[in-house]
Amino acid sequence: MSGVDGKSAGPAAAELPRPEDVNCPPELREQIEAAMARYPQVRSASIPALWAVQHHYGWCTPEGIRQAAAVIGVTPAHLEGVASFYDLFKLEPGGRHQVLVCTNISCWMNGGDRLLDAFREAAGVEPGASRSADGELSVEPFECLGACDIAPMAAIDMRYYGPLTAEDAATAVAELRAGEDPLPARRLADRPKAGGS
Amino acid sequence: MAETPLLTKDLDDPALRTLAGYEARGGYRALRKALAELEPEELLAELESSGLRGRGGAGFSMGTKASFLPRGEMEKYLCCNADESEPGTFKDRELMFKNPHLLIEGIAIAALAAGATRCFIFIRGEYAEVADVLDRAVEEAYAAGYLGEAVLDSHARVELVVHRGAGAYICGEETALLDSLEGKRGNPRLKPPFPAVQGLYGGPTLINNVETLMNVPIVIDQGAERYRLLGTEQSAGTKVVSVSGCVQRPGNYEVELGIPAREIVYGLAGGPPEERAVKAWFPGGSSAPLLTAAELDLPYSFEAMAEAGSMLGSGAIIVVDEEVSIVELALRTARFYHHESCGKCTPCREGTNWTVKMLGRVLSGEATPMDLDLIASTQDRIIGNCLCVLGDSMAMPIGSMVRKFRSEFEFELERARIGRRAAEPVEVELPVELGVH
Repeated sequence: MSGVDGKSAGPAAAELPRPEDVNCPPELREQIEAAMARYPQVRSASIPALWAVQHHYGWCTPEGIRQAAAVIGVTPAHLEGVASFYDLFKLEPGGRHQVLVCTNISCWMNGGDRLLDAFREAAGVEPGASRSADGELSVEPFECLGACDIAPMAAIDMRYYGPLTAEDAATAVAELRAGEDPLPARRLADRPKAGGS
Repeated sequence: MAETPLLTKDLDDPALRTLAGYEARGGYRALRKALAELEPEELLAELESSGLRGRGGAGFSMGTKASFLPRGEMEKYLCCNADESEPGTFKDRELMFKNPHLLIEGIAIAALAAGATRCFIFIRGEYAEVADVLDRAVEEAYAAGYLGEAVLDSHARVELVVHRGAGAYICGEETALLDSLEGKRGNPRLKPPFPAVQGLYGGPTLINNVETLMNVPIVIDQGAERYRLLGTEQSAGTKVVSVSGCVQRPGNYEVELGIPAREIVYGLAGGPPEERAVKAWFPGGSSAPLLTAAELDLPYSFEAMAEAGSMLGSGAIIVVDEEVSIVELALRTARFYHHESCGKCTPCREGTNWTVKMLGRVLSGEATPMDLDLIASTQDRIIGNCLCVLGDSMAMPIGSMVRKFRSEFEFELERARIGRRAAEPVEVELPVELGVH
């Protein structure tokens, strides 16, 4: 509808969802508004807002994107365009737990492809798919996660683990299914610097 | 050869992650000195004469870059590039996670030098655990008065926001980073104007890598003259080198710039397992042209790597041993850049796409020896022809692989062709005029 009246150069008011029409859940709205306050220009809150939507709904739902767009004052199309550019934004529902397996150079040379297969097999993810049939797990190959010191590695629910074997993958999947913290001994966070400091 | 710990000193002491622990080791002393004793021009001069060069990839003089920002009253910005995504690189991750206040102090001092008041740490979204550490450290620094409206009760204002990305290699390119920070898709911008003149929100912007900024408090605390004593004439200071791939002790090692690369790969990282030989190595992340085992005796410095036709880049050494197929390595490398190309410039979008297809054909036996020349010439047509260097970052290493390991490509190609012919004898035997080719 934009530009029909020939007066406005920007998106016409009709394109912008109004906050009162989208029923944004108050806690989501609060997070987005807090992000908007942190930046000199509110559009910078686009990515933080999409993170908030993904945390709230589990993925970037069309409804969540409309709600965030209304709060920020941008078009849903803008936010969809942003969401589709970045690999960590999910545009469809994923598993309850997310496993990203690095298959880039250093992990590949150390068995990253085999680790990916092991996670897929343990989770019951068919080749070509990314989600297990029961919806519990997503397993996906991912580009260099910046942890080649623990190759081959994986990020499980955004925490780093490595180096991992095929048995570790099976253990992690079993622990995730049982609602436990996976592989506590393989957390990168607790690893000392190589060669000491 | 031992490490030379400046940035990594006491790195595993958990107290270092807290403000109190950092202050107990002399933390924020350099910021106090900068505020009390040095004018912005003097800070810039100190940084410039220290010889500190950018640790993110390009290796440009940090002080000179900061001095490009216009003087005078206007909103200026500083962006810390913590989008560390160059394959093989993981130094900023460990440094930020274990020593977050050194980065915050470096940002505050660099902001004073450049006259920037609004600062951002653009951290890749995958580093969620690290971003949590930074969030806490920034909160502590605000509460203690090291950040805010009036830093340590002076008239200097330094605001700092931790901004989490969402997974895109291209956002490590400085203008794509700016677009992303403005809430857009991370597409690179045409340069000039350079960010120092027209960057974030159209304002003058200084963009520096994490490790570069972490060197700033050390330079200011010790003085440029003393800092220069470490390293070589053209590569001052230390480098935190991420060593990975086919080595026994992968990890980050902080060394004086200019020590032989062999000391890093063998002395510190232990060399390849089972006494296998090094076949090749990337000296500065996967974008750096491959060097051979003979080149391990070169000094690890910006100038020596450049003279050898490669680059120090992000300071990430990926070791490739004799068990690894260079053709498969090339395909793995090219696939990454193909996936990460933003698609804005044709030579990069199509060049990365066709390179992946052609390398795939080499391995599936569908290529002819002429295709190796085509792969090489495709790389030449990408370099220098795009808005940013993402395409070059594939073209340079792939070009180096085809040039330096041509015989291995030819061998793999022939082996795959023979394998394919053996599998499909009937098709090959068909006379041309009857075939479907």
